[in-house]
Amino acid sequence: MTTVFDLSLLAYEPPGWGKLLLVGFMRSIQLAAGGYLLGILIGIAGAAGKLYGNKVVRDLFEIYTVVIRAVPELVLMLLFYYVGTDLLSRASTAMGFGSVDIDGLTAGILVIGLVQGGYATEVFRGAILAVPRGQTEAAHAFGMSPAQVLRRVTLPAMTPHALPGMANLWMIATKDTALLAVIGFSELTLVTRQAAGATQHYIMFFLAAGVLYLALTLISNVALRRFERYARRGLVSTR
Amino acid sequence: MANVPAIEIRDLHKQFGSLKVLKGISLTACQGDIVAIIGGSGSGKSTLLRCINLLERPTSGEIAIQGEPYRMKDARHGGLEIADRRQVQRIRAHLGMVFQNFNLWPHRTVLENVIEVPIHVLGMKRDEAIHRAEELLNRVGLGSKKDIYPAVMSGGQQQRAAIARVLAVDPLAMLFDEPTSALDPELVGEVLSVIRDLAAEHRTMLLVTHEMAFARDVATHVVFLREGIIEEQGPPDQIFGDPRSPHLKQFISSVA
Repeated sequence: MTTVFDLSLLAYEPPGWGKLLLVGFMRSIQLAAGGYLLGILIGIAGAAGKLYGNKVVRDLFEIYTVVIRAVPELVLMLLFYYVGTDLLSRASTAMGFGSVDIDGLTAGILVIGLVQGGYATEVFRGAILAVPRGQTEAAHAFGMSPAQVLRRVTLPAMTPHALPGMANLWMIATKDTALLAVIGFSELTLVTRQAAGATQHYIMFFLAAGVLYLALTLISNVALRRFERYARRGLVSTR
Repeated sequence: MANVPAIEIRDLHKQFGSLKVLKGISLTACQGDIVAIIGGSGSGKSTLLRCINLLERPTSGEIAIQGEPYRMKDARHGGLEIADRRQVQRIRAHLGMVFQNFNLWPHRTVLENVIEVPIHVLGMKRDEAIHRAEELLNRVGLGSKKDIYPAVMSGGQQQRAAIARVLAVDPLAMLFDEPTSALDPELVGEVLSVIRDLAAEHRTMLLVTHEMAFARDVATHVVFLREGIIEEQGPPDQIFGDPRSPHLKQFISSVA
């Protein structure tokens, strides 16, 4: 009796589920963007630590990247989420602030950021090593401080080398948000499952979610390609 | 102040692992001196130049720029390390180095390369830095190339841009590390003529080079390095016209 596609169920206003889907989609984007940015920061720190740090710093980042890349992301997320919030709560109670309840978005961003940071560390490390030594040497020879050399020369010079890997990581970040459905964060996948379950229109809702993820990827691709053209300014095209 | 040497090196040693590259070099360059450093491959001439702005850390010895010695301390595993990084940065900002491979920053245009250090290290105002950079680029014949990226220029043009980048800091002394060795033969002349112009202004320069005729022409003092020591030094006419050491004689006849 029910048809496979009842598009009225996708309407923005209730009884349509469109608004809920879009809200879930926006939260997915927030998660992905937040986690990705956090991952970039961890990655730059990690790459700098691995390349220029002392033995202790190098070993710590080595352990971090090995663990992150060895353990399945879903396991990491469950681990970080439950153990992380539990530890934070205990720490806060012990310090007399009472139990804290970190909201799902913050927890999700931290979890995705920590996972992304492990991969980003390796992407940036490789990209920094691809920068010819003479460029940083010239910067040092002109009296730049180590921080200036990193900011003014190393980071912009390594960006084109890092971009293919970092574009991949952005795609992974957008899709990893779906894993957070498992911990009950109402991002796009969880909302879709609820809508599908409530209406029994599984195919339609999951197709709709797929279209939204696809749209995000396609739009990201355009933006990434523009950024790549900017980052590669001054580099002679090899094609 | 006029009597203070621009660069003074005392008993400089440099060792890479067990390989001794510099074995006690002492050298003084006064204001306006143009010192050409010549010698065979592996004689230590580039290492000597790179010690002057501490791109290489000496194993022992002392280097003073304009009478101010670098503050160094003993490193844990032998040799010396920088004791005062800010001092080194301050001195480096006034020693312009021209590299064999130009080492321009590829993500910045020619003009951006030239204004980078004046603005971000010396704290010059952007307008003033641009104004000066444009003058300098005109001077090295690159006025029309200021908005392009280094990678699309010839080696000779890149090296001239690198010289403009050094002139932009108005250096106390300029360090040239084989500035024409990476160039195609037909591009060597344009770079040498820029350096010759600077020599005519009596700028202080240390020049590691394989261009013997050029060294003879512009240098006020020539240093022949062999196996990490100064084997012979003197005015160019003496070094090239009347070499004493048999190694120097052989070296000159082999490169002539």
